[in-house]
Amino acid sequence: MTHENKLWQWSANLFMMAISIACLLPFALLVISSFTDEQAIISNGYSFFPEQFSLTAYRYLLDQSQELLRAYGITILVTVLGTSVSLIITSMLAYPLSRRDIPLRNPLAFFVFFTMLFNGGLVPTYLIYTQYLDIKNTIWALIIPGLLMNGFNVMLMRTFFITSIPVPILESAYIDGATEFRTFRSIVLPLSLPILATIGLFQTIGYWNDWFNGLVYLTDPKLFSIQNILNRILTDIQFLSNSGLGSNAGQSMAKMPSGTVRMAIAVVGVIPILIAYPFFQKYFVKGITIGAVKG
Amino acid sequence: MMLPGLAYLIVNNYAPMFGLIIAFKNINFAQGIWGSEWIGLQNFEYLFKTTDAYIITRNTILYNGGFIILNLVIAVGIAILLNEIRSKIMARFYQSVVLLPFLISMVIVSYLVYAVLSIETGFMNKTVLPFLGLDSISWYSEAQYWPYILTIVHVWKSVGFYCVVYLAAIIGIDQEYYEAATLDGASKWQQIKSITLPLISPVITMMTLLAIGRIFYSDFGLFYQVPMDAGALSDTTNVIDTYVYRGLMQLGDIGMSSAAGLYQSLVGFILVLLANYIVRKINKDNALF
Repeated sequence: MTHENKLWQWSANLFMMAISIACLLPFALLVISSFTDEQAIISNGYSFFPEQFSLTAYRYLLDQSQELLRAYGITILVTVLGTSVSLIITSMLAYPLSRRDIPLRNPLAFFVFFTMLFNGGLVPTYLIYTQYLDIKNTIWALIIPGLLMNGFNVMLMRTFFITSIPVPILESAYIDGATEFRTFRSIVLPLSLPILATIGLFQTIGYWNDWFNGLVYLTDPKLFSIQNILNRILTDIQFLSNSGLGSNAGQSMAKMPSGTVRMAIAVVGVIPILIAYPFFQKYFVKGITIGAVKG
Repeated sequence: MMLPGLAYLIVNNYAPMFGLIIAFKNINFAQGIWGSEWIGLQNFEYLFKTTDAYIITRNTILYNGGFIILNLVIAVGIAILLNEIRSKIMARFYQSVVLLPFLISMVIVSYLVYAVLSIETGFMNKTVLPFLGLDSISWYSEAQYWPYILTIVHVWKSVGFYCVVYLAAIIGIDQEYYEAATLDGASKWQQIKSITLPLISPVITMMTLLAIGRIFYSDFGLFYQVPMDAGALSDTTNVIDTYVYRGLMQLGDIGMSSAAGLYQSLVGFILVLLANYIVRKINKDNALF
């Protein structure tokens, strides 16, 4: 390696190291403060080197685990159900659109595409879901509005079907007497795992991180997901003591480690995504690439 | 086979488009959307008579304009650097770490920001500012700092995503160009300037024009969660999306809120068409339609 190259490698690495640290430090602050003693935070603030470590916040979470577990259960249920239904209806819409021989192909594609250009906005959407569909304070409020399917994913999947599923395979299936649906299920889907994984991951992250639907359509804390609980606690310290999360008899506000408990719940809320990330990074990067190449 | 998907689009996307007529109505829930009285453009008149309309439009455009430029410069810069790193393990590590903030929700981001900026216990006020010999700042009530805070948070959270897009484009460049350039004695800097940048410019153009087409839409989470909905900051944190949300959920002012929503949708639509028209002019293959 030449001298110039070595210097270049060193500076590139140094620079990227600095950027990586900037990306990681806030997470470190979050995790460390969740393990800090409440008093230490009150007197010294959030710090990377706290004077006293403590597990009080996590012990507190364990004591209150019923509420948190319910929220966790709801988050998982919504993520799993939402992602599966989303994959099913997205692929069932994208596959016919990818076929050259269906009637009304272009008008239907435009019907999907137009939703990417123009939308009604929050107010009419809210009124339709609450006035006509009665979705308020049901589990469906966390699954259906906005997140379930979008035009972009349909178009992405359609492009994949067009470019990666060879037509002769489909034709031979028909010759063997397979129905359209059977061809789709036993031939097209198994050949489409990369795109299914990609969109599945986008959806999983979307559902796991969603707090907006809960904020808009839920008033009943029993249906709150983890993100909704976090959202509520941050803006409203009282919430900790008023909701089930702090309502145990004899639990006084003064005793409650509110600062560190917030951080502990936040840690518990990000951990699943952080653990899962290395496993799906490969697909994630590939998915972004497919999206970028296509637009 | 297509029915469930189409039905969903009709309910979730098309029905609200027709619902936009409520911007022209004086909504009265007893009479329903159809029964309410038509009032023409009154909602718009009210909206544009307030200073709100000016503030939210200015904020929306300035923030998103700034974000577009910063995302472009920083993400392309990092992508080029990442591509230069020889060690496969380190490159993968950097890439994972840069993308990490993109994966977490805005609620969690607002927790991170709170840990740094909290007035009594934040890292800034308790550690950084005293160390520099400066007085504490009550971040959540002083609007002038927020353009910088929100910009930093936005770049921190989203730059990894754009970086991966550009990196994918760079990896797609044929290595022979670089080999030839090296033989001709081109320096790294010359290679970046004359090979990498021109060859990824189609992707850059497309991403930028797409973003310009969406300049009227903001990341609601960033502008609502991160400043924690603090009213004192609204001068520099209120954008069209947060205005519409507050009008609907907190003030119950459906008329003004839906007028602002229609303003956003219409201008957004025109901007998408315009952006696409420009892409078509530059390079037909990059156009959306």
